[in-house]
Amino acid sequence: MRALSHYLLLALLLVASPVHAQEFNEVQTAKSSIVFGYRQMNVPLTGTFSKFVIQAHFDPGKPAAAQVRIDIDLSSIDTGNSDADEEMPGKLWFNTQQFPTGQFVSSNIKALGGGRYEAQGKLTIKGKTLDVTAPFTFRQEGANAIFDGSFKLKRLDYAVGEGLWADIATVANEVSITFHFVASSKK
Amino acid sequence: MATPHRYTTSAIALHWMVAALIFCAFPLGLYMSDLKLSPLKLQLVSYHKWLGVTIFLLVLVRLVWRATHTPPALPASIAAWQQRAAHALHHLLYVLMLGIPGSGWLMSSAKGVPVVYLGLLKLPDLVGKNKALGNVLETLHASLNYTLLALVLLHIAAALKHQFVDRDDTLSRMLPFLERKP
Repeated sequence: MRALSHYLLLALLLVASPVHAQEFNEVQTAKSSIVFGYRQMNVPLTGTFSKFVIQAHFDPGKPAAAQVRIDIDLSSIDTGNSDADEEMPGKLWFNTQQFPTGQFVSSNIKALGGGRYEAQGKLTIKGKTLDVTAPFTFRQEGANAIFDGSFKLKRLDYAVGEGLWADIATVANEVSITFHFVASSKK
Repeated sequence: MATPHRYTTSAIALHWMVAALIFCAFPLGLYMSDLKLSPLKLQLVSYHKWLGVTIFLLVLVRLVWRATHTPPALPASIAAWQQRAAHALHHLLYVLMLGIPGSGWLMSSAKGVPVVYLGLLKLPDLVGKNKALGNVLETLHASLNYTLLALVLLHIAAALKHQFVDRDDTLSRMLPFLERKP
C-alpha cells in the first residue's frame, strides 16, 4: 500500500514537470561554433572549424538516453593565419585527403547537477580514436537549448603536427576545444 | 656653464646596447619574413618581437636620461647648420626607435598574434584583429625600418667623417677611449 502511494507520487511528479518533457534534436549549426585554443611560443591563439554536422537528441531529464554525433569537416579550419590554413590540410597536420572528417560519438551522457552534464565518447581524428570526456552546461533560452562546454586534448595523441611540427616547445601539445551548440526541437 | 665632454657611462651603455639590438632585430626581421611557415619561423618571429620590446623599453630609459641630463656639447668647430642637422637627425632616430617597435606591436595585434614578451608577459592588444589593417601596418613597419636604415647609415657616416676627416672629438663623446690628448 505504502509502495503504491510512492509510485503514484512519482508518476504525478513526472507528469507535473513539463520542463523535462522536451527533447532537443535539431542543432542549428549556423548559431553554433567549435573553437580550438592553443599556444604557439606561449602566445595564446584560437581558431575555428566552420563546417560540421551534428546529429543529437537530448532531453535534460533523461541524459542517459541522450546521444550526440558530431562530424567536423577538418578542411574548414580557420587558424586566423592564411599560411597556417594552407599548412593544416597537409600530411603532417590533418592529412584531410585521407582523413577528411573528425568525429565525436557519445557513449554516455550523465547529469552532474546544477545544469551541468558530462559527455563521454570517442573522438576520431586522423584515423585515431580515443576516449574523451567533455563537461558541458545546458540552459534553455526560449524554445532553444544552449550547450556550452570545453575539454582538452593532446594533438600528438592524434598525430596532428608530425615531423618538424612534433616539437611541442613551439606549438604546444595541449589543445582546448570549446563548443557552443544551439538546438531546437523538431516539430 | 661647463658641459661635460662625454656622455655618462650609462648613456654610452644604453646607446651601444640599443645599437646592437637594432643590428640584430633588423636583419632577423628581413630574414624571417621570407621564410616558409615552420617551427623555426615561429621561433624567430617571437625572438624578433622580444628584441623589439626590449629596444622600445631601453629607448624609453634613454629618453628619461635625456630629460634628466645635459648631453655633451658638440665641438664649437662644427658649423651651426650641421649642429642643427645633427639634432634633427637624433630626434628622428628617437621617433623611429619608438615608432618601429610600436608599429610592430600594432601589427601583431591586427594580425591576431599578440606579443608575449620573453614568452612570459602578454602585452595588451592595441587594436582588434583586422587582416587589412594588419597588411597596412606590415607595409608601414617595413617602410619605417628602411627609413631607419638610411638614417643610421647617415648617422654612422657623419660619426666617421668627424673622426677621420674633421678629426674633432665628436665620436669620443660616445667612445671615450678615442679621445685625443690636447
